[in-house]
This record gives sequence, structure tokens and C-alpha cells, in this order.
Amino acid sequence: MTFWGLGGPKWWQQASRSVSISASLSRVESPPARADATFKVTMLPGDGVGPELMTAVKDVFKAGDVPVEFDEFHLSEVQNMASEDKLEELLSSMKNNKVAIKGKIHTPMEFKGELASYEMRLRRKLDLFANVVHVNSLPGYSTRHNNLDLVIIREQTEGEYSSLEHESVPGVIECLKIITRAKSRRIAKFAFDYATKKGRNKVTAVHKANIMKLGDGLFLQCCAEVAQLYPKIKYENIIIDNCCMQLVQNPYQFDVLVMPNLYGNIIDNLAAGLVGGAGVVPGESYSAEYAVFETGARHPFAQAVGRNIANPTAMLLSAANMLRHLNLEYHSHMVSDAVKRVIKQGKVRTRDLGGYCTTGDFVHAVVENLRHRPNY
Amino acid sequence: VHRFIGCAAIVSRVLGSFKNGSPQPRNFIREMQTVTLIPGDGIGPEISNAVMKIFEAANAPIEWEERNVTAIKGPGGKWMIPPDAKESMDRNKIGLKGPLKTPIAAGHPSMNLLLRKTFDLYANVRPCVSIEGYKTPYTDVNLVTIRENTEGEYSGIEHLIVDGVVQSIKLITEQASERIAEYAFEYARNNQRASVTAVHKANIMRMSDGLFLRKCREAAEKHKDVKFTEMYLDTVCLNMVQDPTQFDVLVMPNLYGDILSDLCAGLIGGLGVTPSGNIGANGVAIFESVHGTAPDIAGKDFANPTALLLSAVMMLRHMGLHSHGKKIETACFDTIRDKKVLTKDLGGNSKCSEFTEAICQKVRDMD
Repeated sequence: MTFWGLGGPKWWQQASRSVSISASLSRVESPPARADATFKVTMLPGDGVGPELMTAVKDVFKAGDVPVEFDEFHLSEVQNMASEDKLEELLSSMKNNKVAIKGKIHTPMEFKGELASYEMRLRRKLDLFANVVHVNSLPGYSTRHNNLDLVIIREQTEGEYSSLEHESVPGVIECLKIITRAKSRRIAKFAFDYATKKGRNKVTAVHKANIMKLGDGLFLQCCAEVAQLYPKIKYENIIIDNCCMQLVQNPYQFDVLVMPNLYGNIIDNLAAGLVGGAGVVPGESYSAEYAVFETGARHPFAQAVGRNIANPTAMLLSAANMLRHLNLEYHSHMVSDAVKRVIKQGKVRTRDLGGYCTTGDFVHAVVENLRHRPNY
Repeated sequence: VHRFIGCAAIVSRVLGSFKNGSPQPRNFIREMQTVTLIPGDGIGPEISNAVMKIFEAANAPIEWEERNVTAIKGPGGKWMIPPDAKESMDRNKIGLKGPLKTPIAAGHPSMNLLLRKTFDLYANVRPCVSIEGYKTPYTDVNLVTIRENTEGEYSGIEHLIVDGVVQSIKLITEQASERIAEYAFEYARNNQRASVTAVHKANIMRMSDGLFLRKCREAAEKHKDVKFTEMYLDTVCLNMVQDPTQFDVLVMPNLYGDILSDLCAGLIGGLGVTPSGNIGANGVAIFESVHGTAPDIAGKDFANPTALLLSAVMMLRHMGLHSHGKKIETACFDTIRDKKVLTKDLGGNSKCSEFTEAICQKVRDMD
């Protein structure tokens, strides 16, 4: 997918210069495929069960001989390991590697004088504007709604999370929600490009424009404008509360959903719950230059730290997506097939899927299944 | 005998109000209570008639005062509801409302918004209970969402800063947060609910949701007999679709409440079977059905009165007429469980009047 001839902003033209046969979006510069050298990927374990999940990823990669090397950084607000220098180090590593895998950096509840958390500042500095969450039912694990296949695309840098709050009068607090035409257009174009690339039929915009007429009205207008450039893809819109109701009654009517920041947070988690919870849904964040892979529903899950009960499925599937982004198709299939096979067999399951096994057991089972790799 | 019981009720009420100083719910047993009824538009009149018929069959001590609500321009150019409707509601304090239509580009704000502003309806209460007989993938849902209805993200304050940049303001005030938190705990106590959960996003909107959360915590301190927990909005959504039985009473600001209350309505079967109540300052309470006016089936006797009926039951409970409320609710649920006479949206083939008649029959059989 290239935009030759379409005069877009400069970064679009720059990014679409390389004709890559990669499976990733052509807008994101991915390193050329080299099977002999190792790829360097930035790793940010984060808080809560992040470090345990990263260990799982490293174990599986080692067992599968995956040519990826990790650059680890420990940035954490709750453990007092955060500072501006660490953030700068992390950013320079990202500029070199372009690809990262990360856990969630927890935001402490106490108001320490900074309104934006480290996670949000990282997102803004790297301009990770699009968050894509793949909601796929796992074969072998049935929930109330089976056979789901949704993609949720969420604008991640503005909207309600602008961190612009002030106390105008004692006892009255105002929080600003910012919507801009440029960013709305950008995410709408991303959504339609993604849908075209993955062969999807419909894009639904989620909004609350009946109440927030100017704000969400602008978002909706941008989506409608971009939709006209893609006549093959059906475009619809739905109000957020009706969308939530429809998702629990009949989720099959949706295909790709695109929405601003807060609604994205709600729908990501809702949809994750529909297929089995935060432990099984992978997600990634894209900017024009970088790709960051993480879980879909981002929770640090602090209650599970040290107890070895977290479910590494989401992180492993996200790591497989990362391998595909790096053009390592063979290894990507190997990892994701192994994970899916373990879930389908149903013998080894972590607590959130109804089993009794530990994270270690699950990783061990995945490693065992790696040895049965199919011959491509 | 009736008068004796009535006197005893009044005496116990007076003693009760000396005991704890808070206003007692009006429960004149066996005395007629007047309630303002706003039938609404579309299917409104049919379902209001159905409810009146069922209440008559149940011998509920309710007298209905019908009023119509349209937007009229008052002196000074401000839009308001007709003065006789306002006066009736102020007198009776309790109201039951059917669906009202808001024509697009009518020039006046929505009717629901006008009612909300006129009576300062600050709390929207939606109890969501799974209906036996109307199968959804979620069973055993039994929770209540309490939503702050006056401020938050719906303040309607928006500005165009420069071309292409729009700003919406979310307003959180100490007074409104305190009011809704107090109401949530009062509700939990009056309805024997075990716990109240505050739903927020204070990790992102640190000051605004932080204020809301602080007020909830303060109210929790004053009501130690009800358990208080707090949970992030995304965690609530995640857990709600996996296991809705873990939630009891949820209290939250405006936008989250809108989304979550509709989500919970979806869990039990949609807006056609969900009751709702709005509580205002000065003791005013308006109970309503939240579905639309359904103009395509209006007048054809296809409508489903369940939502309005369950809201009316909620009204009876609010007024203290628990036995009547239980009777009507049981009759309604039994009729739906029997599956013999069901309206089209519930999966059957009967008309609204037949469904109403079946419920009336069950109610009469209970006496």
C-alpha cells in the first residue's frame, strides 16, 4: 500500500518510500529481513507481572532459536526507578531499534505533582498514536461468545487523556478533552488502511456526538471524510453506549472499530473480557516510525506478582506478532502455533482460564510444542 | 381495622423520624397516593394504559394524574415544561414517565434534559436483574448502577479553539460528587445491599476523578455498615463481561455511568426490559422506561410494557409499598417465564393487551 502521488504530510511520503514486502504496514519502517544476524528489540518489562511475562517470552525465544536480542530497560514509577534520564536512554534505544516489546508501567494513584504518567509521556514522545487490539476467540477455550474476530483501533495521544486539568474555583475541577482534526484524520486513515490491508469489510466509528456535538462531531466528520476515499470498505457509526450493549448481545455485527481515547479503553477491556480476559488478548501500538508490542488490555495485575499465576498467552501472541513485523514469518508461526496448540489441548491452563497450572508450567508446555514445528 | 392500622403506621412513622432524624419514606399504607403520570409519545400511551390496568388489578393504592410534557417558551425566552405539569409534580413528588421524543433540529433541548434541569434530578438508578425466562448468555445478574446525572462530561461546554481543534470540558464539583456518594450509600442501606463500588479513572484524570473518589471515600467513612471498594473503569468492564455476579452497587460520574448502565442493560436483555429511576433534590423522583418511542409500532398493540412496568414497581418500592411491588413483579416474571403469552420482542406472538391481561390474571390469582 503506497501513497505515490497523493500529497500527504512529509512523514507519510518518507515512510512510504521503501517498498517493503513485509507483513507490517508499509507506513512503519521495518528492518530488512536478514536470517543470519540477530535483531535488536527494546524490552521494557514494566510493573506487576510484566517481568514474569518477559521471562516467559525470553524462555520461549531461546528454546525456539529465535534470532532476536533484547535491550532491557527498567522504568517504573511505583518502584521509584523513573527519571528523565532513564526515559531519554529508553528513547535513544528505541530510535535505534524501532521495535519494542513492553509490559505496563503502572501509574501510582497519589497525585505527585505531575499530571501525565510515564506511560503517557512515553506514548507522546514516540507519537504512538494508534493502538490496535486483536480480539480473537481461542480455539479450544469457549466463552459466552465464540468465534469472535474483531480489531479495535484506538487513538492514543489525545482525547480525554490530555492531562489538562485545573481547579478553577475551590471545589470545581475542569478536565479538558481535546479533539483535533489532524489526529482524527490520521487515526481514521490508519483504520481504513489497516482494514484494506487485512482484507476487512467494515469499519465502525464509535462516538458520543449526540452529546459532545463539537468534539466527537469533529471526530465523526473526519471518519466520514476518510471513508469516502475507500469505497470498497463499508463505513458505519454507532454511539458508545449502544455499542457496549450490542457487544454483549451480538458482537458478530462488528468488524473493525475505530474510536477516540477513552472509549477505546472501555471497549478494549470489554472485548477482551468477551474472549477470555486480559491474559489472552495481544495488542500493539504504532507510530509513523516505531512499533511497540504489548498486551491488549493493559493492567499491571499486581496481585499476581511472585505467585507465578499470570497467563503469558497474550504476551506470547504479541511477541509472535512482533516476529511477523520483523519479517521472521517462520518463527512467528512457530510461536503462535505452539501457544494455540497448548490452549486447544486444554491440559495445561493457567488460573484465569479455569486451570491450575503456573506460568512456568504453561511456558514449559509451549516449549515442548515448539519442538513439533511443522515443515514449511 | 383499616383506620387502626393506618394510625399505627403514622405513629410508628413519627417515632421513627424522632429516632434517626432522617426523612422517612412516605408509606401511608392503605391511603391513596397520587402519582403524576406522563404517558409520553409513540408507544407511550399504550404501555401507560397497560401499567394502569395492572395496578388496578393489583389494588395498588395509587391514583394517577396524567399530564403531558412538551417544550414551551416561558417568559424571558427560556424553554420550560408546561406549568401545570411542573405544579403537579411538585405537589405529588413521585412521577412515572413513558418515552419522550426529541425531534431533531426542533430548536429546543431534549425533553429529558429539560425535566432533569427543572427538578434537579441528580441520580439515575438502574437496577439490572436477570429475568428468568428471557434467556441471555449472562445469568444471575443482580446489580444496580447509580450514575451522577447533572455534570461530568455532559456539561455541554465545548469550544472551537482554532479551526480543527475542539475542546470539551468535563466538570466535577465537590458538591455534586458528595451528593451522589451519599445517595449511593443511602440506597444500599435502604435496599439491603452489601457493597458499593466506586468506578473511576483517577489514574489518568487525577484531579477530577480524584475528587470524585475522595468524596466517595468520605461517604464510606460515614456509612461503615456498607462495604466500599473502588475499581478502575476498564477493570470493571473487563470483569463485568466475564463474571457480572461479583458486582453489587456501582456509583460513578456521568459518562461512565451512561456507558456502564447501558452495558448492564445489554447483559439482561436490552432496554425493553430495564427499569430506571431518577432521583432529584427536594424528594422528587421520576421513574421511567429508557427505551425509545418506537414510532413504527405505535398504536398497533405490539409494544412491550415490561420496562415501564418494572419502573413502576421500582416506584412502589421507593414509596414503601413493598408488598404491592413484589406482587406485580412476581406476576410479570411468572408470565415471562411461562412463555405462553409474550410480545414480539420477547420472542412470542401476542399483542400488548394479551400480555397485559395475562399479568392482570396472575395478579388477581395471587390474592
